[in-house]
Amino acid sequence: MNHFTPVASSLGGLLLGVACSLLFVANGRILGISGILGEIPWVTADERTWRLVFLAGLLTGGFALRLVDRSTLAFASEQTAAVAIVSGLLVGFGTRLGNGCTSGHGLCGIARLSKRSIVATGVFMATGAATVFVVRHVFHLGGGVS
Amino acid sequence: MIRLAVSYLSGVLFAIGLGISGMTHPSKVLAFLDFTGAWDPSLALVMAGGLLVNFVFFRLARRRGAPLFAPAFALPAAHFVDASLVGGACLFGIGWGLGGFCPGPALVSAVTGETPVLAFVGSMLLGMTVFDAFEKRASSKTLEARPRPGLEPR
Repeated sequence: MNHFTPVASSLGGLLLGVACSLLFVANGRILGISGILGEIPWVTADERTWRLVFLAGLLTGGFALRLVDRSTLAFASEQTAAVAIVSGLLVGFGTRLGNGCTSGHGLCGIARLSKRSIVATGVFMATGAATVFVVRHVFHLGGGVS
Repeated sequence: MIRLAVSYLSGVLFAIGLGISGMTHPSKVLAFLDFTGAWDPSLALVMAGGLLVNFVFFRLARRRGAPLFAPAFALPAAHFVDASLVGGACLFGIGWGLGGFCPGPALVSAVTGETPVLAFVGSMLLGMTVFDAFEKRASSKTLEARPRPGLEPR
């Protein structure tokens, strides 16, 4: 599955941009998944509503993908539960501490030329790549997944 | 009402974009981060595509002065690179490199009901809750809350 998919990935990327731009142009909001999700307990009722509606849209999109082509979604074989739990904790804590993830910093923040987002994206790309390097090429674990 | 319709549509399109692009597959994300292995550059094109569209439309929106259906843009209040930003991005990157999931794709793939995906989402929510607990304790100690980004209209 992991061969280069230039057409699908470019089209998908353009669509991600359309989704971010729509939310920003129409509602003035940054499409950042970790912020939209993580701030839900702390915001006003109005704020909470649009966030929940956005997440409902995200899940609707997921169901549509599952209906049309299940192979577009993750397979259980791509991850073990132990890795999922450890990485989930790091992703949850890290995105809140760093105020954003791949969407808010990577897609929206860089487009706004936000210095914070450019730095954050550089850092998480670098530590992500370093982690993969250590796991696969130092400890020779998990490299066979494909 | 129109604002909620936009939020919903934006969520749907974002999910489909993630699915088409391949971001929903942890193995594909890890193959992108594996620069010294069998590198798959696909995700660079995902970023490029998204940034291209955002670059144009975010600029047009700012030039217009206000969003179509809201009084003002809500932009992060923080402007300086600080230890929280760098430390948080570090931890997120390590988690991303271990599991191949970032928050959006994990939520979208959760509809499969596969155990590892659900475990990731549950664990991510726990990680967010742990952060909130830490921050609450820190801010009650210093009496001065760390500025909460994200909600300052400008």
